[in-house]
Amino acid sequence: MSTTTPILEAKGLSKRYGRVVALDNTDFDLMPNEILAVIGDNGAGKSTLIKALCGAVIPDSGQIFLDGKQVHFRSPMEARMAGIETVYQNLALSPALSIADNLFLGRELRKPGWTGQVLRRLDRARMAKLAREKLSELGLMTIQNINQSVETLSGGQRQGVAVARAAAFGSRVVIMDEPTAALGVKESRRVLELMQDVKRRGLPIVLISHNMPHVFEVADRIHIHRLGRRLTVIDPKQYTMSDAVAFMTGAKEPPAQPMAA
Amino acid sequence: MSDDATGSALAERGLSGEDQAASFEEERRSGLRWVQRFLHEYPTAVPFIVLVVGVLIFSVVVGGRFFAPFNLSLVLQQVTIIAVLGIAQTLVILTAGIDLSVGAIMVLSSIVMGRMAVVWGLPPEISFVCGLAAGTVCGFINGVLVAQIKLPPFIVTLGTWSIFGSMVIFVSNSETIRAQDIESAAPILQWLGHTIRLSGGAVLTYGAIALIIISVIVWYMLNRTAFGRHVYATGDDPEAARLAGINTARTLIAVYTLAGFICALASWVLIGRIGAASPLGNQTANLDAITAVVIGGTSLFGGRGSLVGTLIGALIVGVFRNGLALAGFASLWQEFTVGILIILAVTIDQWIRKLSA
Repeated sequence: MSTTTPILEAKGLSKRYGRVVALDNTDFDLMPNEILAVIGDNGAGKSTLIKALCGAVIPDSGQIFLDGKQVHFRSPMEARMAGIETVYQNLALSPALSIADNLFLGRELRKPGWTGQVLRRLDRARMAKLAREKLSELGLMTIQNINQSVETLSGGQRQGVAVARAAAFGSRVVIMDEPTAALGVKESRRVLELMQDVKRRGLPIVLISHNMPHVFEVADRIHIHRLGRRLTVIDPKQYTMSDAVAFMTGAKEPPAQPMAA
Repeated sequence: MSDDATGSALAERGLSGEDQAASFEEERRSGLRWVQRFLHEYPTAVPFIVLVVGVLIFSVVVGGRFFAPFNLSLVLQQVTIIAVLGIAQTLVILTAGIDLSVGAIMVLSSIVMGRMAVVWGLPPEISFVCGLAAGTVCGFINGVLVAQIKLPPFIVTLGTWSIFGSMVIFVSNSETIRAQDIESAAPILQWLGHTIRLSGGAVLTYGAIALIIISVIVWYMLNRTAFGRHVYATGDDPEAARLAGINTARTLIAVYTLAGFICALASWVLIGRIGAASPLGNQTANLDAITAVVIGGTSLFGGRGSLVGTLIGALIVGVFRNGLALAGFASLWQEFTVGILIILAVTIDQWIRKLSA
């Protein structure tokens, strides 16, 4: 494991908002084929870290590497082009549009030939077909109609659509921000299974969550963020949830030797 | 309107069987629920039903005069300009914006066309293109203020309404360019006033045909291209649209610019209809356009609605105005009815939206 390079890596990231230091020279690494949880108290700077990784925030200093190559994302779109897909907490779905429209929002497919090139006509049939395939792959085809609007779906189904979109287009990394926060027990379970599915298909996941049982259930490693920097990385099999919370809040000193990647 | 009909049908059933009060209550609720779902799925059904009901009422009350081919074509002529402006307004309202300046843009474009050709003696084709460009630039200014300076569309277009309105006075020097002058100097500007005679005294103006062509093109853009999806997504939830990778600022600028261009086309229809280019008049055109959009079922909160709805909305206003006039009502009752239709339309929109909340 120690010889493989991280898929996504950050070194010495800093970001200030006025006098508030959101990121204080922090590091980050995500290994191939793992689910890395990022936990931290409110205001620890984990969402700024994630935003820096997915292009929504431009760090003041520090470097980000994707597959060992340095990258400079200036917008979420650039990060997406590089293969980093993010499932935002608010899902970034357009409620009045259909499932198929949402899956392809911002990267619609056009008809081949002159109708697509000159008239810029959408290839709705192909998008509907691909959307159906993607949802089936993730076992989400309980959704009957690919053309029904997203607002008619339940919270879990919406989450499923957002995850399917990320899995369909993310070629390198999927970042998920609080995917279970708004969901009931059953729906949360389904999303955790979805994450395992995505991981099995070879995509590493960064999971941001406050829900310790969920974190400990799916994470391979846990990145603990505190006061704007990475405090430590622990193996969920060697520590308990209360240890993690104690590290997170500063009640307990972190282990001297952080978990090797 | 349709839920009213269902409601009264259910109420009648309730009266006939009072002993079944309990089941009636349930049935009524699920019936309404079904209507709500149906309208949520097909929002254009509401204005369509209103239009059909309106036509039926007036054909009974007014009789043959209303259905005379000439009268129907008159209704179409009367609504053409408002419908074209309504198309521009629909684009803007779909992005959860509003454009109060559409009428002013239209008048400004018509004045630019007329004055350049007649007073300044420029070639009519160049004057025409400059008029179209003027409207487009006005729309672009609105778009930049909304998308880049991030001002509320209501405030932006309230301001530009005044600004474009004062530009109308500045460019026109408060003078109307007479129809006969335009006819001799630049007949191209009146081209949309040409008519095709149909059977039974009905006339179809080129302006009405232009309306149909513009409608088809904009409908295609909204429903068959990525741009259209982006317009809906931007109005529905701008933050979600941005995170999904849509350049919402560029979409907004494109929408306002396109709206300005369509207003300039409306000015061409306007000159065709009245022959002259007048700095006065059409003060209420922007409000009439908003009325058509709202009655057509497009939500002022953005992301929901359709171009077809707006066309039907414009027809509804035309049919009610014309029908009430033929039935002998004073014009105050036309305004009164239009007001009720607006409030009814927004009430139904709110009710339909509850389903998604």
